[in-house]
Amino acid sequence: MGIKVQVKKKFSGFDLDVDFVSSSSRIGILGRSGCGKTVTLKSIAGIQDIDRGYIKVNGNVFVDSKKRIILKPQQRKVGYLFQNYALFPTMSAAKNIMAGLSGQAEEKRNRAAEMIERFHLKGLEDHLPGQLSGGQQQRVALARIMAYEPEMILLDEPFTALDGFLKDRLQHEMLEMLDEYEGIVILVSHNRDEIYRFSEDLLIMETGKIVCSGETKEVFRNPGGREAASLTGCKNIVPVKRLHDRLVDIPDWGIKIRSTKVLPAEFSYIGYHAHDFIPVWGENNGNSIPFNLKSTAELPFEQQYFLNAQGMEICWFVQRELIKEIESRGLPRFLKIDPEKIVYLN
Amino acid sequence: MEAWIEVIKNLDWSPLFISLKTGVAATVISFFLGVYAARRVIKATPKVKAVADGLLTLPMVLPPTVAGFFLLLIFSKRRPFGEFLYANFDIKIVQTWLGCIIAATVIAFPLMYRNARGAFEQIDDDLVCAARTLGMSEPRIFWTVVMPTAGPGIASGTILTFARALGEYGATSMLAGNIPGKTGTISQKIAMVIQDGDYLTAGVWVFIVVVMAFVIIFIMNIITGNKMKTVKRW
Repeated sequence: MGIKVQVKKKFSGFDLDVDFVSSSSRIGILGRSGCGKTVTLKSIAGIQDIDRGYIKVNGNVFVDSKKRIILKPQQRKVGYLFQNYALFPTMSAAKNIMAGLSGQAEEKRNRAAEMIERFHLKGLEDHLPGQLSGGQQQRVALARIMAYEPEMILLDEPFTALDGFLKDRLQHEMLEMLDEYEGIVILVSHNRDEIYRFSEDLLIMETGKIVCSGETKEVFRNPGGREAASLTGCKNIVPVKRLHDRLVDIPDWGIKIRSTKVLPAEFSYIGYHAHDFIPVWGENNGNSIPFNLKSTAELPFEQQYFLNAQGMEICWFVQRELIKEIESRGLPRFLKIDPEKIVYLN
Repeated sequence: MEAWIEVIKNLDWSPLFISLKTGVAATVISFFLGVYAARRVIKATPKVKAVADGLLTLPMVLPPTVAGFFLLLIFSKRRPFGEFLYANFDIKIVQTWLGCIIAATVIAFPLMYRNARGAFEQIDDDLVCAARTLGMSEPRIFWTVVMPTAGPGIASGTILTFARALGEYGATSMLAGNIPGKTGTISQKIAMVIQDGDYLTAGVWVFIVVVMAFVIIFIMNIITGNKMKTVKRW
C-alpha cells in the first residue's frame, strides 16, 4: 500500500507544485483556504486538469505525463466526498447510493439496502437529498462512495458545512465508519483538530506547496516553519537570535531564555503554545516576561488573555484550575517560559 | 349562435392538423439540436462561445420575415443548395410541408437552445465530477444526472418551443406559402380569412388556438410539477 503524488499546475494566483510520498493509509492535508488542498485532491481523483505530474496509488499509475498516461476518473476507483456532498438532487437516497453500481437490478438493490442499514438511513431511502439534513446527506454521500467499493477515499473538508454540535458527533461517527475501510483515506481540512484526530501522516500546504510532512504527532510537535506552526495551533511566534548553545534572545518580548539542553544548531523563530506559559506571582527568577493586560475573552471552558510585552502581543490561554487560582490571586506579574516546550522554527 | 354552428359544421380542419404536425416535428428537432448545441457551447472557449451563441440566437431576434428571406435564399430551387437538393435527392423545400417544418424549427430553435443552456449552466460542476468518480459513463451521466437536474429549464424550453412553432407565421408564409391542405397552418388561415372579412371563421380558429395553448401549458405544468415538487431549488 502506498501513494506517490507529483502534480504541477499553473493558476493565475499561484503555482501548484505538490510532491509527496506516503505509505500510511490515513493521510491528512492541512492548509488555509485557497492554498491548493482541494485542487490536489481533485487531481488525484482525476477531476482537475493538471499541467504535469505523476500519480501512483497502490501500484496503479493514474497519471504519468512522461508516458502520456492519464486515467479517466471513471477508471481510478477513487471515492470523493465533496464539501457540499454533491448528491444528485433528482434521485432518492437509495437511487443515489445505487448510481455508481453496475450489474443486475436485484444485486444493486441488495447492495444499497446493505449500505442503508450500515449508515443508519433506514426510512430515508425514498427521500430526495433536499429533504435530508446536512448530517443525513453526508451519510448518503459516504454510503454512495462505500457501495462503489473504491480503492481509496478522498474527503474534502467534510465537516465545514456542519454546525458545531453536530460536527463533533459526525466526526466521531465517520471515523468509526471509516475504521472498517482498509484502503487509503486522505482528509483535507483547515481544522487542526479534525486532522489530528484522523491522520497518521500529515502534510502541511502553503500557497500550492507542501511545506512540512511526516508523522502527524511529530509534525504537530515540530512543525519546522512559521506557517506550519501557526496552522498546527501555535499562537505565539516571534523572531529570535541564537546567542550560543544554551541561550536565545527574544527581542520582541525583551528577554533572554536560558535552556538546560543544547539548542538546535539553526533557527530564526520560535513558537510557544498559548497554554504552555507558567504564571509567576512572586519574583522574577529567570526566563520570565513582564506584561500588561490588553484584553481578555471568556470562553465556556477557557479564559483567553491577550497581553502586551514591549508592544508585542502575547496570547495566554488558561483552563480550569488555573482560572480559579487567578480569580483568587489576581493576574500574575510574570509569565515564565519552559524551554522544553519551545518550538524551534526556521 | 346558429351562424357559429354552421361555420363549425363546414370547417376545413386541415389547418389544425398541419399546425400540430409542424409543431411536433419542429419541437422534436429543436429539442435534440438545442440540447446538443447548448452542451457544445458551454464547453467551448469564450471566443467560440460568443460567436456561436450570437449565431444560434439570431433567428429569435430577427423579424421572422427576414429569417424567411434567408431561408428562401438557401432553399430556392434557383439557388445552388436548393438546386442541389432537388437534383440529387428530389427534395423540394419551398412551397412544401418540409418548408413549414424548417421555417418553424429555425424560428423556434433559439428558445430551446437558450433555455437548455441556461439550465445546464446552473448545474453544479461537482455533480458531474461526483458522477465521474463513481464510474458512471459520460452518456449515462448526461441522461441520468444532467438532464433530470436541468429538468425544469428543459421542460419550459420545450413548451415555449412548441408554442412558438405552432404559431409560426412570417417565415412559414415566405418559405412554405399557404397552400390549403398542404402548408396552410392555423396562423395563415386566420390571416387569410380576416383579409376576406370572415370574422366568424377567424373567431372559431382563434378560440381553438387559445384552448390548445391552455391545454398544452396545463399538461406540461402537471408533468414537470409532479416530478419536481420535492426537489429543492434555491
